[in-house]
Amino acid sequence: MPVTNGRYESAVTLQTGDRTSEAELIERLRHGDEAAFTWLVDTYSPSLKRLALAFVSDDEVAEEVVQETWLAVLTGIGRFEGRSSLKTWLFKILTNRAKTRGVREKRTVRFSELGPEDEYGPAVGPERFLPPDHPNFPGHWSIPPHPWSGMAEQAVLRRETMEVLRRGLEQLPRSQRTVVTLRDVDGWPAHEVCAALELSEANQRVLLHRGRSRLRSILETYFAEDA
Amino acid sequence: MARNSDTDWQTHMGDDTLREMACQELVEVITDYLEGTLPKSDRARFDAHLATCPGCREYVEQMRVLIRLSGSLTAKSIEPATRDSLLRAFQRWRDSQTRL
Repeated sequence: MPVTNGRYESAVTLQTGDRTSEAELIERLRHGDEAAFTWLVDTYSPSLKRLALAFVSDDEVAEEVVQETWLAVLTGIGRFEGRSSLKTWLFKILTNRAKTRGVREKRTVRFSELGPEDEYGPAVGPERFLPPDHPNFPGHWSIPPHPWSGMAEQAVLRRETMEVLRRGLEQLPRSQRTVVTLRDVDGWPAHEVCAALELSEANQRVLLHRGRSRLRSILETYFAEDA
Repeated sequence: MARNSDTDWQTHMGDDTLREMACQELVEVITDYLEGTLPKSDRARFDAHLATCPGCREYVEQMRVLIRLSGSLTAKSIEPATRDSLLRAFQRWRDSQTRL
């Protein structure tokens, strides 16, 4: 079984680990193996939908784009030469289709440009730090982080914590939400997120940083209230 | 390079490799640190700061926990109806292939 969502494995391991099993999967698909198709659909559809939502406005359109992508896979699989990975090919088809739909809806999103909602906001408010002219400890914590990292692992077991995180993620500006979700929820490596969203490495990191910083602060507030 | 003021750490970010990292700087470069893209000299300053600052150690740990928690969120997939219709489309495609 291909390990395509192996979290935090190096890209190299994923690539070499994938190629053989991927070739087999493509062969099975060409021969009409329904189990292979079902596996692919179940494995990749969540990420495909997430990526579609980066370019089109509503859920229904995103579903349609995902569906069109799979149909395009069926008509194109005979010609697929395996020069890129199946995953890359799949996401390329999706991105092209999603963009076309986005244009039609007059809603193109250029990820390479950060939106106004991504304007600079510090990861932690300046009121939490000593002023720059402090004689001994400029820029050091005046109000250190409320400690919660030790209790969070048990908190995973609590649905409420995960609900807070899920809601926080939904509230992020769309570009941040897309990057954080693909990286941290779906476990994509950075270079794949950059390729799919046509984003520079630097901007990808900026969006990831702002999104994660915001989520950390939401969890801190939640645990502080809980204490 | 002329130094403006000894206490204005922001303007000195990167041009004084020996300068101690302030907490306020650490929280802004943490993603570069975790991504492994922080320049070597800043990485050393980051590590040196962590060794002496429990507040920042907690902060870094919170980020790591956040990433782990996010990883256990389940990804929302397509609607069951979309999936069903895809599987039906697959069967039609397969049948048309075998007829050729």
